[in-house]
Amino acid sequence: MTSRPSAAAATRSLAIRRWRLAATLTVLMVGVYFGFIALVAYRPALLASSLGEGLTLGIVLGALVIVAAWLLTSIYVSWANRVYDPALAALRTQHENEQ
Amino acid sequence: MTQTSGLGSPDSVAIAFFAGFITLTLAITYWAARQTRTTEDFYAAGRSVTATQNGIALAGDYMSAASFLGIAGLVSTSGFDGLIYSTGWLVGWPVVLFLIAEPLRNLGRYTFADVVAARLNPMPVRIAAACGTLATIAFYLVAQMVGAGGLVHLLFGIPYEGAVVIVGVAMMAYVLFGGMLATTWVQIVKAVLLLGGAAALAMLVLSRFHFDPRELFAAAATQYGSGVLAPGKLVSNPLDAISLGLALMFGTAGLPHILMRFYTVPDARAARRSVFIATGLIGLFYLMTFVLGFGAMVLVGPAAIKAVDAGGNMAAPLLAQLLGGRPFLGFIAAVAFATILAVVAGLALSGAAAISHDLWSSVIRRGHPKPGEELKVARVATVGLAVVAIVLGIAFKGQNVAFMVGLAFAIAASANFPALVLSIFWRRTSTAGATASMLVGTAATLTLISLSPAVQIDLLHHTQAWFPLKNPALISIPLSFATGVLVSLLFPDVGGEARYAALEKRLLLGAE
Repeated sequence: MTSRPSAAAATRSLAIRRWRLAATLTVLMVGVYFGFIALVAYRPALLASSLGEGLTLGIVLGALVIVAAWLLTSIYVSWANRVYDPALAALRTQHENEQ
Repeated sequence: MTQTSGLGSPDSVAIAFFAGFITLTLAITYWAARQTRTTEDFYAAGRSVTATQNGIALAGDYMSAASFLGIAGLVSTSGFDGLIYSTGWLVGWPVVLFLIAEPLRNLGRYTFADVVAARLNPMPVRIAAACGTLATIAFYLVAQMVGAGGLVHLLFGIPYEGAVVIVGVAMMAYVLFGGMLATTWVQIVKAVLLLGGAAALAMLVLSRFHFDPRELFAAAATQYGSGVLAPGKLVSNPLDAISLGLALMFGTAGLPHILMRFYTVPDARAARRSVFIATGLIGLFYLMTFVLGFGAMVLVGPAAIKAVDAGGNMAAPLLAQLLGGRPFLGFIAAVAFATILAVVAGLALSGAAAISHDLWSSVIRRGHPKPGEELKVARVATVGLAVVAIVLGIAFKGQNVAFMVGLAFAIAASANFPALVLSIFWRRTSTAGATASMLVGTAATLTLISLSPAVQIDLLHHTQAWFPLKNPALISIPLSFATGVLVSLLFPDVGGEARYAALEKRLLLGAE
């Protein structure tokens, strides 16, 4: 019984795990979007470079910002479904047992 | 090419589509009204909305006429530069998912102030939160009403004032009688129509280019120079672009009518799924604006678009007329109007919740309203907000209110978002800190915008502005965060950290 962390400690550590992932993904999204904006503002000539008929780097990167938003939300949701939800269920049982 | 457009004259097809939408949504409202009895029904649709339904409704709440007509118009007249907005409007959604959706559902009941007030002294927090909420809603509402009046005038030939009154009255009917359930279903109907209409239009465009977007872009480059596929002069000041980007990114996570939607689902897991679905749909929609914008540029032409409306807002309707004739124009016009109606209904409901739940029940009645009283106050507030929206909509006739949407996002990002994040994730956040952060965020945003070029030069026609940026978010968001942290450290709550431990359990597991 003593080797297992208390429900309060387990809550704390799960909250920290979620916060770390959430913060990392948020920073990635901010980086992707403002990276794109910075290129638009400071390297317009680079974005104008052609990637074949009818396609510029700028258009591809613009579309990729939207794809990146999809990708990051998928990463979070898949983590939540695989790891977070089972951990929450275990935590709930632990809280009920301690009461 | 299409100078003889059907825009601006009362069109029977458009009016028939629009009447159909009004009839359908009023029938939904009648159905919803019979199930709306308690306060929980009114604000949160009895927590009975599924994740998929809420995801579609969130998309509906967010995809305003400004993005449908405005971005398509911007791309059609300035090419690549318009796409910067397409991406900017989406990137706030992952932030909502990562930081806000689940904690909000677990900690609150009806408004975002519930979350901030969860472990703090509720009185000052709710007053400050209501200020931020109502300021956000006021600017968003005025922008939508003025946009609606102008749009309906252009599309249907109905006088501006009449259009504003129709929007105000219909919005009031949805919210007053049907509450959140009716508002949610109006959003769902509108989102399906808007996505379907935009997809059909995009397919019609692509069918002219062998379903290859590259062929479309190449045609645009051939006709108007390769410059339309690269950054142009719209982003002349990088700091302006970054400031607007910050407002869009963090403002989404502070919009009261968006936040309120997370209370309509049964639990945090459903809240998470609904943001995932909304992000997918909204991203798809903005990708389609690439095709619609360049399609209008190539097929209709920037000159013809600007001839109808200097702002370019009629690009999508003109494209619809060219590709699908008057019936399709009528359909797209009705969808655009329905879009505005649905968005203002969501705004009015969240405003009514701030007035009745945060100000009346929690502050004036000190947390002990008489049974049934909160619901009555919410309904009176709805009527009041509708009247205010109509009056302001008519008062601002002919003004350039485009900056107001950016301003609403700036207030949401500076007044609501920092206090939410601090109160959820930082154990040392105190009552004084959260309150100061919200008040300073609201005041700083309003002050800076009134000194900005958007008001000083564009609205008041002064020769120069005191503050150089069009959107104040670059200054006001860090200021609000800094105020919250500093004041929390200087004026901590007695026993505040101990209460955070209890809060943390609820944050993960919910109230049950």
